[in-house]
Amino acid sequence: MTGDEKHEPSATSTLDVLWVLYDRVLRIDPDTVGDPARDRFLLSKGHGPAAYYAVLAAKGFFPPSWLDDFGSYDSPLGYHPDRTRLPGVEISSGSLGHGLPLGVGVALGLRAQGLADARTYVLVGDAELDEGSNHEAIAYAGATGLDSLTVLVVDNRSATHGWPGGIGARFAAHGWSSATVDGRDHRAIESALTTPLPGRPHVVVATVESKS
Amino acid sequence: MRETFVAGTTAILDDDPRTALVLADISAAAFEPARQRHPDRVLNVGIRESLLVGVAGGLAQTGLRPIAHTYAPFLVERAFEQIKLDFGNQDGHGVLVSVGASYDNAQAGRSHHAPGDVALIDTLPGWEIRVPGHPDEVDALLRQAVGGDGSVYLRLSTRGNDAAHAGTDGRLVPLRTGRRAVVVAVGPMLSAVLAATVGLDVTVAYTNTVRPFDAAGLRELAGAAGDTVVLVEPYLAGTSARVVDDALPDRPHRTLGLGVRRVDLHRFGTPADHDVAHGLTPDALRHAIADFAAR
Repeated sequence: MTGDEKHEPSATSTLDVLWVLYDRVLRIDPDTVGDPARDRFLLSKGHGPAAYYAVLAAKGFFPPSWLDDFGSYDSPLGYHPDRTRLPGVEISSGSLGHGLPLGVGVALGLRAQGLADARTYVLVGDAELDEGSNHEAIAYAGATGLDSLTVLVVDNRSATHGWPGGIGARFAAHGWSSATVDGRDHRAIESALTTPLPGRPHVVVATVESKS
Repeated sequence: MRETFVAGTTAILDDDPRTALVLADISAAAFEPARQRHPDRVLNVGIRESLLVGVAGGLAQTGLRPIAHTYAPFLVERAFEQIKLDFGNQDGHGVLVSVGASYDNAQAGRSHHAPGDVALIDTLPGWEIRVPGHPDEVDALLRQAVGGDGSVYLRLSTRGNDAAHAGTDGRLVPLRTGRRAVVVAVGPMLSAVLAATVGLDVTVAYTNTVRPFDAAGLRELAGAAGDTVVLVEPYLAGTSARVVDDALPDRPHRTLGLGVRRVDLHRFGTPADHDVAHGLTPDALRHAIADFAAR
């Protein structure tokens, strides 16, 4: 990719978890992007999508040659993803704090339509959790036992005031099952993502090197 | 209007498994029977308005037709970025239904007043905006909104006219004919406008649909009234002035926008008290309309 990508730490912090998701966890591929029963992955942390684009290209959702035009006017690859432009992208993101509430709605919508096997995954950053809208979603999903929802928090300790007591504990206080793993350890990430507890939404906190 | 909305939405939920209702405590008790029948499609997220709209946006992404409902300032003003991004930027669609209007609950103060809601929604592309003026107009507007596949804002009020005067086709309905101006009364403003214009040589036209606005109807009516247009809207004054310009780009015209003034009164009282303060009583409207038409 060329150009002034910006948010490089935001992109590099997510690379391993994105690869594990698309390579080992998500039930979605370029041939099933329109399947109502597919898993959904929502990149809430739309900042620094370079890793996301790279993984999607590697998995065949679009030609890798598109990467060369990143950020140009006619490119479907913007500095934040646009679901209307790029195959495989479930939500347009960029403004923080939207993906998790949307993910709650997606999980509820799938449940209401009897698509019980379709899981919804949302990736957020530890700094993004500063946005209050996330906590509305965390509280509601926990209270309603929305167990088809998994949130993946990539923690590079960039939240301005940190998370005293731990990120997982914040979710657990609202009834979520929680796991914290090394965000560079593919086996650990896969294991944590694939062992949610029935009856509860699930959060995996993937710690990576500090942004600073 | 709220009662009509509750009854209509309950029936729609019973009939159409594609629909879902999202609440933020407001009106939850009224929808409890519907929630018991459809617990997966009647969702009360609690007092979380950002989540209310976000969840509705997510439901839309799965193919459901969401209706999101709460008090106007919380639905439109607090959650505006969610409306912009979780519907519009996702290319998703749904129906927003508010109660409270500009100052239905005048005693509650500015926090519960939303005269700017229509102007805000109007900044977003593609939204229909429906402002019924009578409870009998609500059900048809609701069913058309939910039955469609676009984004619709339905603005309900405790205030209204003596009778229903329009259906769902969005066309201006001429109720009087005159030569000095066309006065467009929106939603609940009609009764006051009819009282204000008794004996004045003006056309009075009613609409419950301000987006899309009936530009062709306005061109026709304005052409017979000196291309002098008075808008009387139950929200921020001048909100629809731009659509008048859009409707008459090739003709010199004059426009007066009447509605809620851009002022925080820091007052309580009744809606009627606020009508006085904003110049929306029949007497005040008559003075403003007659003065403008005579210039």
